[in-house]
Amino acid sequence: MINNSRLNVEEYNFEGKNIEEPPVQKKPNKFLKILNSKRVVPYVFVLPFIISFLILTLYPAIQAFVMSFQRILPGQVTFIGFQNYERIFNPSFFKALTNTTIYTISTVVVLVSVPIILAILLDSKFVKFKTLFRSALFIPSLTSVVVAGIIFRLVFAESESSIANQIIGIFGVDPVSWQYTGWSGMLLMVLIASWRWMGVNILYFLAGLQNIPKEIYESAEIDGANIFQRFRHITLPFLKPIIIFVTTISIIGGFRVFEESYVLWQGNSPGNIGLTLVGYLYQEGIQQNDLGFGSAIGVIVLILIFIVSILYLFLTGGFKRGDE
Amino acid sequence: MKRLTLFGTLVFMLLILGACSGDADSESTNSGDGGESTIAGEDLEDATELSFWTFAGTHADFYASAAERWNTENPDKAIKLSIETYPFDQMHNNLLLALQSGSGAPDLADIELAKFPNFLKGDIQLESLNDLIEPEIENFVEDRLNIYAKDGTYYGAPTHVGATVVYYNQEIMDEAGVDIDSIETWDDYIEAGKQVVEVTDKPMTTIPTNWYGIWPYVTQRGSDFFDENGELTLDNEENVETLEFINSLVNEHKIAEVTPGGGNHSEEFYGFMNNGGQASIVIPMFYMKDFVEYMPDLKGKMQIRPMPLAAGSDTKSVGMGGTGTAVISQSEHVDLAKEFLYYAKLSKEGNIHLWTELGFDPPRWDVWDTPEVREDNVFYEYFHDDIFDILLSIKDDVTGINLSENTPDVLSEIDSNIMHSVLREGNQTPEEALKQSADTIRQKMKSAN
Repeated sequence: MINNSRLNVEEYNFEGKNIEEPPVQKKPNKFLKILNSKRVVPYVFVLPFIISFLILTLYPAIQAFVMSFQRILPGQVTFIGFQNYERIFNPSFFKALTNTTIYTISTVVVLVSVPIILAILLDSKFVKFKTLFRSALFIPSLTSVVVAGIIFRLVFAESESSIANQIIGIFGVDPVSWQYTGWSGMLLMVLIASWRWMGVNILYFLAGLQNIPKEIYESAEIDGANIFQRFRHITLPFLKPIIIFVTTISIIGGFRVFEESYVLWQGNSPGNIGLTLVGYLYQEGIQQNDLGFGSAIGVIVLILIFIVSILYLFLTGGFKRGDE
Repeated sequence: MKRLTLFGTLVFMLLILGACSGDADSESTNSGDGGESTIAGEDLEDATELSFWTFAGTHADFYASAAERWNTENPDKAIKLSIETYPFDQMHNNLLLALQSGSGAPDLADIELAKFPNFLKGDIQLESLNDLIEPEIENFVEDRLNIYAKDGTYYGAPTHVGATVVYYNQEIMDEAGVDIDSIETWDDYIEAGKQVVEVTDKPMTTIPTNWYGIWPYVTQRGSDFFDENGELTLDNEENVETLEFINSLVNEHKIAEVTPGGGNHSEEFYGFMNNGGQASIVIPMFYMKDFVEYMPDLKGKMQIRPMPLAAGSDTKSVGMGGTGTAVISQSEHVDLAKEFLYYAKLSKEGNIHLWTELGFDPPRWDVWDTPEVREDNVFYEYFHDDIFDILLSIKDDVTGINLSENTPDVLSEIDSNIMHSVLREGNQTPEEALKQSADTIRQKMKSAN
């Protein structure tokens, strides 16, 4: 025992971790052994993530928080207290907040309801060429959003000959200036996002559907439940955890939206119809060289996402354990 | 089978991972694309390496050829100039961040007028060009130097005068039976416009929803967005009247429309204009290059004239737009970079090349009637022979602009709010729109001081 504790001290100094089991042999693979021990190995595996989190996420976050109280110019960094925060609540910010909120709500609605239905269809016996459809729906998420943005811009161009205007022309609707009107601008953003993330969400739901025991459906069928009752009372409850998960990441993704707007308008949208919170951050912080103010916007966005997601998880019981 | 499932899961997880990091991905593609580089003097031994950032491919060619000439004339001070062309926004953002962080900036860079004030904040990271400019200052159109200056120090070498003119499509004007030379005031212009619309059913002009659609008119009336003391005058009486005038062209007299694509540098507009979509366009002289490059069908049809006069003013043209080339303080070869910059853009020879290669009206007016400039070239072929006579005739009537640290804010407000809500949506009067934007900017200026 005494002998062991001496060894332990050595190891403690070496790796910074206390090791319980005594080493059988004092061989050169001691290092590997420590690395392989049950206590250490989990940390080794999460280390890459922890390091990248500390360097690429936590440090910038803290730095941004500090910067939000500063005015930052080349060679001149001064603390200015709450001045950045004082002027945050201006019309552009509220426009950005409104846009972002509408965008988030619309994407959550579309990106939760449609994928569930598509996933059920893809999981059912009636659909042929399932693999083909699965990959077709998934491919957009692998496409660069910049490329997608260019295509969308061309499809929804202002001229009468653009594809979108020709299609609505068939139904006798007048051409629309898609990228210059409030409602259509928002529609385009939601459309790009839906097109892009649909496949990923379908995969989540498909995974969820596979976990529902088939026997339950069978017994429900015997009891005379129709297809809607089965969906309402079996599928939905079983998918609840997935729905909560997908909704949460959609909310977070929604509040962080930037690219969908950027690819359409390159930062300055007419009448700010496409201004998002992160877009506003980019505009003020980078384009107008006001990094302090940009950081302040970032901090506000952070707080906002935090509150909304916590609230949502709380309301849907995301904090309860298991089936409590 | 089991293995296959395992493999499938792995791929799936990787895909999710990739999907989650989508943000980072496309950002790197963003910064990856468009970066095109040109190197001049690559084969020279012991040449000093200089790096140059620009946002226009045509500028890159211009500097490359200047470097070649420099190397033949100064073999003892040869340079290897590597020119990087980035997309507009990206180049300015990268440069700002490089200056902010103190490393990674090039030796020389092109900075566009609307972005320039951003670089004059804090401890200025650009080199003074006074020793190059001051000895010859009387040869320059001075307003063009002042826009890149702060507190008497010049930081940017101008690219052109940017004298605003009206390009008329002779064919359409003839069809409508309008004599261009009879248009002297904006009232005449409106009358002529009505005739054009009536006969040809084409708009007299189109109004861009960016600053090109308002700044020239504001400046022509002797007003501006800031006064000499840097006070914001965006919502003053003259500016409200000017915007009312522009609005009347579109919404009252119906002789103008909103520019397709929103600006005169969009693909939509090039096509529209090339097909004879509008009878005239009010834009600085440098647009000649765009005509030659993108609108070949209009060759020989365009006539250049000074701007019609506004009531109570005899300003026939205003200097608009521009790019200032700056030497960055981080450079290890500041002196050589300055010398080269003088050679390429500030010297008499450099100015002649600005015209012959780029079709820009050179900021040194002492070259305007040199034989080299008067020599035949593509621009004379496309337009007509009296380009520089027109310039010389309005030389003393060209008015400049006042810039401030907050000019970029004003231009961004014009882009995203003012023009859109007044011209396109019509949900704000010119006065309301200007007031609202001015208030936003004033608030920002107040807190920044």
